[in-house]
Amino acid sequence: MHLILFIVFAGFCLAGAVNLLLQTHPINSALSLIVVMVSLAVLYLLLGAEFLAAAQAIVYAGAIMVLFIFVVMLLNAGREERTAGSRAAGLVGFPAVAVILSLMATLLLHAQGLGTARLANGITSTEELSKVLFTNLLLPFEATSVLVLIAILGAVALASHDEGNATEKKEGQ
Amino acid sequence: MTILQFFLWSLLKVAVVTVVMLTAVAYTVLLERKLVGRIQNRWGPSRVGPFGLLQPLVDGAKLFLKEDMTPAGVYRPLYLLAPVLALGCALISIGVVPFGEPGVGPGGLDLFEIADVNVGLLVILGVTSIGVYGIALAGWSSNSKYSLLGSLRSSAQLISYELALGLSLVGVVLRAGSLNLRAIVEQQAENGIATWNLFGGFQFVAFFIYLTAAYAETNRSPFDLPEAESELTGGYHTEYSSMKFAMFFMSEYANMITVGCVATLLFLGGWTSPFGKLIPQPQNIFVHALFPIFWFVLKVFSFLFLYVWVRGTLPRFRYDQLMNFGWRWLMPLAMLNIVATSLWLAYR
Repeated sequence: MHLILFIVFAGFCLAGAVNLLLQTHPINSALSLIVVMVSLAVLYLLLGAEFLAAAQAIVYAGAIMVLFIFVVMLLNAGREERTAGSRAAGLVGFPAVAVILSLMATLLLHAQGLGTARLANGITSTEELSKVLFTNLLLPFEATSVLVLIAILGAVALASHDEGNATEKKEGQ
Repeated sequence: MTILQFFLWSLLKVAVVTVVMLTAVAYTVLLERKLVGRIQNRWGPSRVGPFGLLQPLVDGAKLFLKEDMTPAGVYRPLYLLAPVLALGCALISIGVVPFGEPGVGPGGLDLFEIADVNVGLLVILGVTSIGVYGIALAGWSSNSKYSLLGSLRSSAQLISYELALGLSLVGVVLRAGSLNLRAIVEQQAENGIATWNLFGGFQFVAFFIYLTAAYAETNRSPFDLPEAESELTGGYHTEYSSMKFAMFFMSEYANMITVGCVATLLFLGGWTSPFGKLIPQPQNIFVHALFPIFWFVLKVFSFLFLYVWVRGTLPRFRYDQLMNFGWRWLMPLAMLNIVATSLWLAYR
């Protein structure tokens, strides 16, 4: 049952990702990205990470992608222009990608002694997750929240830039 | 229970809940028309059947038989997808709502809940947040100014109020220590009305925030700017006709019912009786199973009544008032509620 679900949703995920690149209209690309996000949420659920799955659906599919769609709708972006692609990409890019992928494959195949990792059998409850998050991983957690706070402050500063100038001018007068 | 039995029972429950839900949607529309009629000193629908009770059936038939027009210039795939998405999301979220006492079916089966999910509350929030796409895409794909403006307003409003809505529920979750809807109800069940989150749990601020944000989330008056008739004709569903329009209409009312269910579960003790242990538990097995359903339906009904009452009473907000209220009042208030609740839980 797990295997069938995994294959189905991994398929959805890959199809969405490929479709995202192939579509010419921005809104179709954004919608394919939503398909990718939601199938990822299902894959998390299959790994027993309930909370992560729900958070993925709410935050990425529900909030961030709505903003994407919102912007596309607001700007009414048209179809993208097709170009033949730059020559440099054809000459250097594709061989480079092939080299990197083959290097990674050989490394992974030859890697030994990386230790073992095991998935817990069953579902990780929200309680366990938060215990780990607020004890063992407290420092990275808080550091991330400070990072997010800085991003918010930056966004506010950028958005209110003109207003700030206006008040300064007023004070100068 | 074998997997086949589980599958068949689930199928049965899904079918029954869907039928009940759609009937409830139809009769909520009638309830609204009747009540608003009485508020405005007129009768409301009264010709079809006794007291106009058959009106929803006739309305349904009318919408079904109307000509289904697709305007020229719409973006067809998304134009067709949007109503399906809206109604689908509205109906899915009811799947994790427990309507009655668990384990009363044959062999300890949960007869009154489709799926008992550990993160049930988050599932409802998640499905609701996906439902935004139905409205956003409807407006964009219709290729009409009214629709686009309506859906832009709607998505902005949904994003803004979703935050306050989510934060207002944190207090309840803190008190229950769980995201499971059943556990949240059972935590309030002890002494009836005295231990409900709304009264005994001192979550009335959260309740007020939830109620306000929920009205905005379901595009209901006084926050029904996305379909402000005087400025936008019909809002995001201006270009839709026949059953496609009906699907948007049904999704709005289904969302109202779901919001009522969630409020009942989180703040009013769900299916438990408001008298707690003052009334002895009924011995008869059928009464024992159906009594909780009665309380649940009664509570949800009073919410729907309140919805219509508010619509009949309050005028529509202006757009800047809506945004100010959401961001400058509701959200800080919700955060204060979280801080106060956690302090109280830590030092009581």
